[in-house]
Amino acid sequence: MREACDLVVIGAGPGGLAAACRAAEAGLDVLVLDAQPEPGGQVWRGEARKGTNRLARRWLSRFAASGARFRPGARVVAAPEPGLLLVEEGPSSLAVRYGRLVLATGARERFLPFPGWTLPGVLGVSGLQVLVKDGLPIRDRRVVLAGTGPLLLAAAATIHAHGGEVLLVAEQAPAARHWGFALQLWRYPDKLIQGAVLSAGLAGVRTATESWVLEARGERRLESVRMSVGGREEELACDYLGAAWGLVPNLELARLFGCEVSRGAVVVDDRMETRVPRIHAVGELLGIGGVDQALVTGEMAGLAASEQPVPDALVSAWRRVRVFAEALARHDAPRPELRRLATPQTLLCRCEDVPLSALEGCRDLREARLYARLGMGSCQGRTCGAAAEALFGWAAEDVRPPCLPARIGSLRLPPETPPTPKRAS
Amino acid sequence: MSAFDCIIVGGGIVGAALADVLCAEGLSVALVEARSIGAGTTACGMGHLVAMDDNAPELALTAWSVALWRELRDDLPMAVEYDACGTLWLATDEEELAAIAAKVASYRGAGVRAEVLDAAALREAEPALTPDLVGALRVPDDAVVYPPRAALHFARRAQQRGARLMPGCPVAELRPDGVVLENGEVLAAGHVVLAAGVASPRLCPDLPISPRKGHLLITQRGAPVVRHQLVELGYLKSAHGSDGASVAFNAQPRVTGQLLLGSSRQPGVGSAQVEPAILERMLKRAADFLPGLDALRALRVWTGLRPATPDGLPLLGRHPGKPWLWLACGHEGLGITTATGSAQLVADQLLGRASAIDARPYAPSRFEVLHA
Repeated sequence: MREACDLVVIGAGPGGLAAACRAAEAGLDVLVLDAQPEPGGQVWRGEARKGTNRLARRWLSRFAASGARFRPGARVVAAPEPGLLLVEEGPSSLAVRYGRLVLATGARERFLPFPGWTLPGVLGVSGLQVLVKDGLPIRDRRVVLAGTGPLLLAAAATIHAHGGEVLLVAEQAPAARHWGFALQLWRYPDKLIQGAVLSAGLAGVRTATESWVLEARGERRLESVRMSVGGREEELACDYLGAAWGLVPNLELARLFGCEVSRGAVVVDDRMETRVPRIHAVGELLGIGGVDQALVTGEMAGLAASEQPVPDALVSAWRRVRVFAEALARHDAPRPELRRLATPQTLLCRCEDVPLSALEGCRDLREARLYARLGMGSCQGRTCGAAAEALFGWAAEDVRPPCLPARIGSLRLPPETPPTPKRAS
Repeated sequence: MSAFDCIIVGGGIVGAALADVLCAEGLSVALVEARSIGAGTTACGMGHLVAMDDNAPELALTAWSVALWRELRDDLPMAVEYDACGTLWLATDEEELAAIAAKVASYRGAGVRAEVLDAAALREAEPALTPDLVGALRVPDDAVVYPPRAALHFARRAQQRGARLMPGCPVAELRPDGVVLENGEVLAAGHVVLAAGVASPRLCPDLPISPRKGHLLITQRGAPVVRHQLVELGYLKSAHGSDGASVAFNAQPRVTGQLLLGSSRQPGVGSAQVEPAILERMLKRAADFLPGLDALRALRVWTGLRPATPDGLPLLGRHPGKPWLWLACGHEGLGITTATGSAQLVADQLLGRASAIDARPYAPSRFEVLHA
């Protein structure tokens, strides 16, 4: 199958939707690809049906009216030449010819290994939240959450609202940094409202700063967690543990395209254009900044891609969200203790069953891959790569196609050149 | 200044195997590697241990080397993934099938077991292959290994016998009495061996070695694997055709349950980037042999640069114009296979003793350009 468009947007979270809306409203033929069945991304997951979040509802209806086309279940697996994407959609493969491209691939949770982290019942913080939203029975289940930042509170609020018994919300940041960060939220009116709503929803739930998980215990599944709470150890019997420390951008596609990445974020100019011409990047790819950053940068990229001026209001909003993102990065930075939780037997790479002890003597990620198979499995190092970077400071390696495991047939080039875009941008 | 009997420059599989052999002889050895042991071309290859009969010297060296690997097999750690899967050379037409008889004779002449499979026997042996094939040559003693761990095994065994492993130490200059590292450190040695593969000409510019790029693809685990290493008989044409890019079907079952697919050859191409057009040609060729190929899930694609010489044979022995310098490089796609034999041949010459096979066809002095 073949497709052609003026602008292809990869990722249908807030950033991708905002870019698609702006460009499609200006008359561009826009195609939005997302691996999920509905638009909204992780943060607005399920909102396309439920419509409970006002901001999400507004953007999703705007997107539906924009004229942009949406292809669900579409995973980009290779970019064999500028202007061409190879995409896998369930059992079929698709070649997409495009004029410009917006990367809006979002972020994933940062996992750091601790003893027992691979037990059934142990999930990510947002991962557990998503399962609960998707219908995981949580009523009267005992839940411990360990992580950092606003996502931790958001997950706690969701689980609490669905009847889960949240025993402890453990924030890793030191008290001073955490409350300092929380107090800064007044400078960002939307954030203040979000924060207040979260706090209200969590009345009666025990929260603690300078707290983290030491070990998950259980025979066949999670039975209890050993926690460090404000300097003291406690063991809590529970059914679920949500444990992850903030987010890391999904940089694989940006790296595949050869976009410059600096200090964990894609480098862009004020049109959100990367160092690779005609490829823009938005949202979490620019450094974790949440929905506000995604919308602002998405709009800027959509305007730039359709050759419209960027209003000053957006530019100043961009500066404001950057300040917030930088404060968030300082707050969420994993504390040193979290890098020392794993024992020699703790698995670092769960795809290839690589324990920490197997990395003895390895000097960099390449040696860990070649000698110990770290990151050589199905997730292609998405989980253990970020952990290895946090634990050992090992830099990520170049990304080659396929950037996700894909049918060999999806890597085959289209037999002839697909039609050119209807309108060049 | 530190003094060694021998400094080996290049910690790929050839350098590591040589360090292992020389240490076993009681020499003091330093293995100096710019990056990591077994992480260059060694890590990019398929890891086949295959007897190749394109010409007599190639057959002599590969057959002997495969036999040396077989002697080592019981001592190899699990992580080296030694798998005696054998090779099937696949015939696509009657002409190729007719050529097999001569190949059987030449293999047997070199002490290599070989047998002919007709079309029915081939279908039974490898049901995943296209039924259009007319037969195959089976070489049961060929095997595969996981090259970076094999190199690491040799290097660590050398280390246990006293070798000094020096990864992360790029060499700036080779001298008659040792080497100078890029960090300025000088290491003194009685002998210097250059085993830097495709990087060798950087330290010794007159060497007739040029990169020949290859692409490989590996599937996820659980692929419906084939049982033998599979190679089309046309591979030799592809492997030794001199100009232009070529592809040939080459597939390997891995002990991990993955399928490893090759191969391509691009002379003189030095960039490591994956080239979609070449990959496409390689996959198309592979799909001709394995009809179900497109449904398998690819996990990774990568490239490697083979150190090719004009006549396809490695440089093993003294540099004729610089008698103080020993060469163990230029193995193109046979570095893993012939690491054992190459190490033995160079060690024998260095120690002034006879070898099990005639070393002359691999002598660097066969190249006029090195006599200056």
